[in-house]
Amino acid sequence: MSLATQSSGWLGRLGRSTVRTESLVVLVLLMAAMSVLSPYFLSVSNLLNVLLATATIGVLAIGSTFVICSAGIDLSIGSLLGFSSVVGAVAVHNWGLPWPTGIVACLIAGTAAGCLNGLLVTGAKIPAFIVTLGMLGIARGAALLACDGQPIYGLPADLVYLGQGRPLGVPTPVIVFLGVAAIAYYVLAHTRFGRYTLVIGDNEGAARAMGVPVESQRVRLYALSGFLAGVAGLLFMARTNAGDPTAGQNYELAAITAAIIGGTNLFGGRGSIIGTVVGALIVGVLQNGLNLLAVQAFYQQMAIGVVLIAAVWLDHVNRLRPAR
Amino acid sequence: MSLLDLTGVTKRFATVEALRGVSFAVEAGSVIGLVGDNGAGKSTLMKCVTGVHRPDDGSISLNGQSITDLDPGAIRRLGVEMIYQDLALARQQDVAANIFLGREPTRRPFGLPVGLIDQPRMEREAAAIIDRLGARIPSIRVPVGQLSGGQQQSVAIARALTFAPKLMIMDEPTAALAVREVDHVLDLIRELRRQGIAVILISHRLTDVFSVCDRIIALRQGQVVADELTVRTSMNVVVAHIVGAG
Repeated sequence: MSLATQSSGWLGRLGRSTVRTESLVVLVLLMAAMSVLSPYFLSVSNLLNVLLATATIGVLAIGSTFVICSAGIDLSIGSLLGFSSVVGAVAVHNWGLPWPTGIVACLIAGTAAGCLNGLLVTGAKIPAFIVTLGMLGIARGAALLACDGQPIYGLPADLVYLGQGRPLGVPTPVIVFLGVAAIAYYVLAHTRFGRYTLVIGDNEGAARAMGVPVESQRVRLYALSGFLAGVAGLLFMARTNAGDPTAGQNYELAAITAAIIGGTNLFGGRGSIIGTVVGALIVGVLQNGLNLLAVQAFYQQMAIGVVLIAAVWLDHVNRLRPAR
Repeated sequence: MSLLDLTGVTKRFATVEALRGVSFAVEAGSVIGLVGDNGAGKSTLMKCVTGVHRPDDGSISLNGQSITDLDPGAIRRLGVEMIYQDLALARQQDVAANIFLGREPTRRPFGLPVGLIDQPRMEREAAAIIDRLGARIPSIRVPVGQLSGGQQQSVAIARALTFAPKLMIMDEPTAALAVREVDHVLDLIRELRRQGIAVILISHRLTDVFSVCDRIIALRQGQVVADELTVRTSMNVVVAHIVGAG
């Protein structure tokens, strides 16, 4: 039998390379349960609410997926969100620059900090955990410094539209989130950039031996993670109409949680964008549903923690782990 | 002219002379067993051939062209492939991804700025190369880590084959395999010879060496102490050379 004649087709490939079915099943079951418990849950406006609440964390989680797939970690993204939102607000509010500058400022702030992370990880050979933990503090401090610890309120209407607008009834952040997810899906699953990301996380030595530019790829990955933190900062700023230096605290943990629930291997080499989107939605649905049911917020945190641990445990049980 | 000619290859590390004037030739399509005790200089010698080390003295030529001073990339392009003991495979990626690691074929539908990996083509070509090798792999889409040691070895060999090598160097390919798997890998080596590819097999397992090699070269303390056709020697003689009792 020739190996080439095995079942193929885009649907097969999609199914094979994207999601652990468990997380999708969990999401569907969760949604079914919520819709039974609350008649309001399945309404279009509430589902859009779920997506809106998921958008910011979702964008961060997509960046985390790339970094974790390469066996790295980026703890600074929550702080970078706050930092970039302040930088954007300073540009348009304090300096009175035209509103598109606010977008550019957010994105550059996040990307530059991410670049710095990457250069420290690869150039100075400092573990990513330490570098990004340091950046978590540095970016948060810089954000507070830049605005004297006070949120900067009042942004141009065009900028606020990015967070509060609803073209065709869909909130702009949701459109941005889904757009980012669609591009990221293709990049991770179907380009060399994505393949190198996975291979570096899987076996860095093999990647090196086969001519993959490991160092520059890592720098690009942290820059990408920072860029997406800038996007999230932009969304947050536009939605709240403010540059808030305390924005995004602990978001890095939520983003990593979403990526892991979605099947990303914390030790690198495996992960998918669809999985991460599903993971982010599980967290979003859980929060939204428990809100609708008027369950105390404390239980939400516990529920998400339980789901995280259960997801990794299930993965552990299901996957045939070959002995190393 | 042989495929590979080594003449007086010498390599020193600080005060240690790891290789002391090693000379031998490898003919196209022959399988050479390179044996010797730990520290005899086998690995150092092969690193000189692949360009990882530069000999301090002597010369190495491939098809009459000197490769003594070339870097590993250039030597690889001339047709020398080395398969290391750890195989350099990404265990969570599938067979096709590993075979084309670092050289994934891409296409640009709709004039995209970034090429997308041409998955069907990659799988087709990976399957073809596995078929050509006669390796037994359950599917081209299995993560390599789920394959047995011998199957992983054949993926590494298949990947090396895609570089169209003239000479393949294998470092202990059977060291960690079950008996049946060893036979399969030895079959793969015979298949390479049939396709006209020369193989240098570094191995401690003399049974394997005797079963598959045309010639056996023994190194001891950086020197060739025996270079015999397999049919003209015996296991006892080779062991004696290796330990220096010959």
